[in-house]
Amino acid sequence: MASHLPPRPTAQHSQADAGGMAADEHHHGPRGLKRWLLTTNHKEIGSLYLIFSLSMFFIGGIFAMVVRAELFQPGLQLVQPEFFNQMTTMHGLIMVFGAVMPAFVGLANWMVPLQIGAPDMALPRLNNFSFWLLPVAFALLLSTLVMPGGAPDFGWTFYAPLSTTYAPPSTTFFIFSLHLAGISSILGAINIIATILNLRTPGMRMMDMSLFVWTWLITAFLLIAVMPVLAGVITMMLLDINFGTSFFNAAGGGDPVLFQHLFWFFGHPEVYIMILPAFGIVSVIIPTFARKRLFGYASMVYATASIAILSFLVWAHHMFVVGLPLVAELFFMYSTMLIAVPTGVKVFNWITTLFRGSLTFEPPMLFALAFVVLFTIGGFSGLMLAISPADFQYHDTYFVVAHFHYVLVPGAVFAIMAGVYYWLPKWTGHYPHTRLSQWHFWLSVIGVNLTFFPMHFAGLAGMPRRIPDYALQFADFNMITSIGAFMFGISQLLFVAVVVLCVRGGEKAPAKAWDGAEDLEWTVPSPAPLHTFETPPRFEPDRH
Amino acid sequence: MRRVWTAGLAACSGLSGSVLANGWNMPVGVTDVSREIHSLHMTIFWICVVIGVVVFGAMFYSLFRYRRSRGAKAANFHEHTTVEVIWTLIPILILVAMAIPATATLKTMYDASEADLDVMVTGQQWRWRYSYLGEDVAFTSNLATSRSQVSGESAKDENYLLEVDEPLVLPVDRKVRLLMTSDDVIHSWWVPDLAVKQDAVPGFVNENWVRINEPGIYRGQCAELCGRDHAFMPVVVRAVEPERFDEWLAERKEAAAQAELGVDREWELDELMERGEQVYGTICASCHQPDGSGSPPAFPALAGNQAMLEDPDYHIDTVVNGVSGSAMPAFRSTLNAVELAAVITYERNAWGNETGEAIQPADIAELLDEQ
Repeated sequence: MASHLPPRPTAQHSQADAGGMAADEHHHGPRGLKRWLLTTNHKEIGSLYLIFSLSMFFIGGIFAMVVRAELFQPGLQLVQPEFFNQMTTMHGLIMVFGAVMPAFVGLANWMVPLQIGAPDMALPRLNNFSFWLLPVAFALLLSTLVMPGGAPDFGWTFYAPLSTTYAPPSTTFFIFSLHLAGISSILGAINIIATILNLRTPGMRMMDMSLFVWTWLITAFLLIAVMPVLAGVITMMLLDINFGTSFFNAAGGGDPVLFQHLFWFFGHPEVYIMILPAFGIVSVIIPTFARKRLFGYASMVYATASIAILSFLVWAHHMFVVGLPLVAELFFMYSTMLIAVPTGVKVFNWITTLFRGSLTFEPPMLFALAFVVLFTIGGFSGLMLAISPADFQYHDTYFVVAHFHYVLVPGAVFAIMAGVYYWLPKWTGHYPHTRLSQWHFWLSVIGVNLTFFPMHFAGLAGMPRRIPDYALQFADFNMITSIGAFMFGISQLLFVAVVVLCVRGGEKAPAKAWDGAEDLEWTVPSPAPLHTFETPPRFEPDRH
Repeated sequence: MRRVWTAGLAACSGLSGSVLANGWNMPVGVTDVSREIHSLHMTIFWICVVIGVVVFGAMFYSLFRYRRSRGAKAANFHEHTTVEVIWTLIPILILVAMAIPATATLKTMYDASEADLDVMVTGQQWRWRYSYLGEDVAFTSNLATSRSQVSGESAKDENYLLEVDEPLVLPVDRKVRLLMTSDDVIHSWWVPDLAVKQDAVPGFVNENWVRINEPGIYRGQCAELCGRDHAFMPVVVRAVEPERFDEWLAERKEAAAQAELGVDREWELDELMERGEQVYGTICASCHQPDGSGSPPAFPALAGNQAMLEDPDYHIDTVVNGVSGSAMPAFRSTLNAVELAAVITYERNAWGNETGEAIQPADIAELLDEQ
């Protein structure tokens, strides 16, 4: 594979070697731990977000390994159902709120200012605050594992009244933790919007921005719109648990279904919060390695905006079997099916960008291409799930688990990895190790499919989700899934190895590390010095 | 190239045949609705396959044909309004075509009118309670798989985790309306062969219906996470010919009437203990454990529980009316007076709790009437 890669551009920016993350020119700030606690630099905060996200990815991953080990064969072998439920719940919460979302915020921190020619984020101190809320929030969440009664055990969707009247005492800590994570997200989103709207280099119009910036702008609006809804619903839970209210307690005149409406009014846009920036990353990487401009730039922007708007109108498709009236079922079925249209446009655009390009397959491109294929498979199962009558059979089975893992793991997570491989030369000044990256890619692709593809069959055959033990006819699917999961889990150690090796050394990268790359970040040296674009760069507006 | 595709498609369709037989796919089921749903499922599946072949075909063609290592030079085009409009419109047409049959099926599924029989299905942590409305027949249905099979101490039998002590018995060829509710958290009653999955939500009564075409035993599970033993509350439906169903129902009514007669007489301690042990095993043991040790803090121990032993009225009140704001449900409508008296007596005399008191069904019946 490596022999087919084109020769890389040679390094011209020797002066850049002194700069970068080591921050030698950053003489005046505090050093050591305090430097990271007090930093207001978008690159340092971006790195903090990414490191935090990677740690959470491994913690959430270990929880998933516990789940898969227990499900390796029928019967209860390793853990009891109480602990199993804590593991599925914590896996979901950590991956969604601790791994995927902070990873995208980290990439935004690093790359949005560089792509729009801004010297930093618009609100640097707020930026520091939004990051440091996260370690506190997740330390709190993880601490529930050692509390009496155990950690939250009601699934990451925490449906009331299982999560209120019947919940373990640690639920209050879980609520507080989610509040902190939510505040962090809202502040981060405000910062990103302020940066994109105000700090673009002179001459850069909205329709000149890279797709990554565009998708993040739209995502940030989604965050601001729905995180308060999450905050509202968990506050209602808090009141139900500790202050005797009955929002979700039927015995007190409350409504358990109201919880689900509120949760999914947050939850569905949340799903797109985790995928729109991924679209952006892939839309930046594919043109680079096709050496051809992105096909349908404008339609990509409109498609992203349409998906964001539609995301507010589809929430009850998660609730097709709670007893909605017929009219509601029909409305949410149609609106959900409609989402396939803008999503299809995106896939068609990516493929047309490849068509008649000049393709090479460096690691970022491998991950981006796998994203297109595997995300589309997740899209297909999503379309099937949208058909409300059929959803009566699919709902709450492993078919759903397969679906959302296809869009989240080879979807969002692969896009994040593609982004990391793509921008590592800019961050560290070195190319990631090609051979190791390729091993990481192929093991991940095989592992991910081995893990999640058999889940489709298990679900269709009738296996409900969130069960620690299952009937014998599901045994083969589960064993394959578990083997795939261990393989995928272990191969992520390679990713860490690649990143660590890349930070420490490797083949030197020039400012423009990929010869087809177009955006502004490739005009600053590699590694990017701590301060960039202190004077706004010149921008020729006809690139898109 | 074409031969490869043809062979691939043939392999796929061959696969789909064997897939149906081997339990890899959604079951066709035994009701008209389940057949319709299965056909919707297969239609949308094949639409996705065709779209997938076209889209991924174009993608992989580009990946092989336009490699730089093969000397490909990038073209310079990046917009084409006609093409973009076409690939927006074609998916919309496909979706409309798909939405029409889906809407029709959904309307059928929502028409629960003119049912021949009403069955109330109540979810409880972690069992199902079935009552035949207007027939005075009601019972709970518990997992029948032994805990030793779960822990691996004994071999797992064929219907591991999908067997119950008393299945729901339904007549074939009659429209049965299922009314779903729950006593505690949200459960979801699901039998794949009947294509019925409906959440049982506390405080709500949801409606669904089924008309089974073939007699047989159909197995399913609770589909909504409902706490610790979510995996251990299966659903089993035994569908029988209508005549046999009528006979069965008459037998159950007779048995219920007999049980009712027992309320007024004086019961011996041993009799109550025997009955109580049975009730405790099916209803209480899943939380309070077979040896009464409970799992604190959520489920207190009953063995040596002083508050309970010292005050029989408190004990009775807790079992009959539940504890508001906790996982302890009220059993006043789930258990009859005999069962309540028996289980309370059992709890007061088992595992070293030796009060020697026998709680009489007649007293409980009086209490139930008062409240």
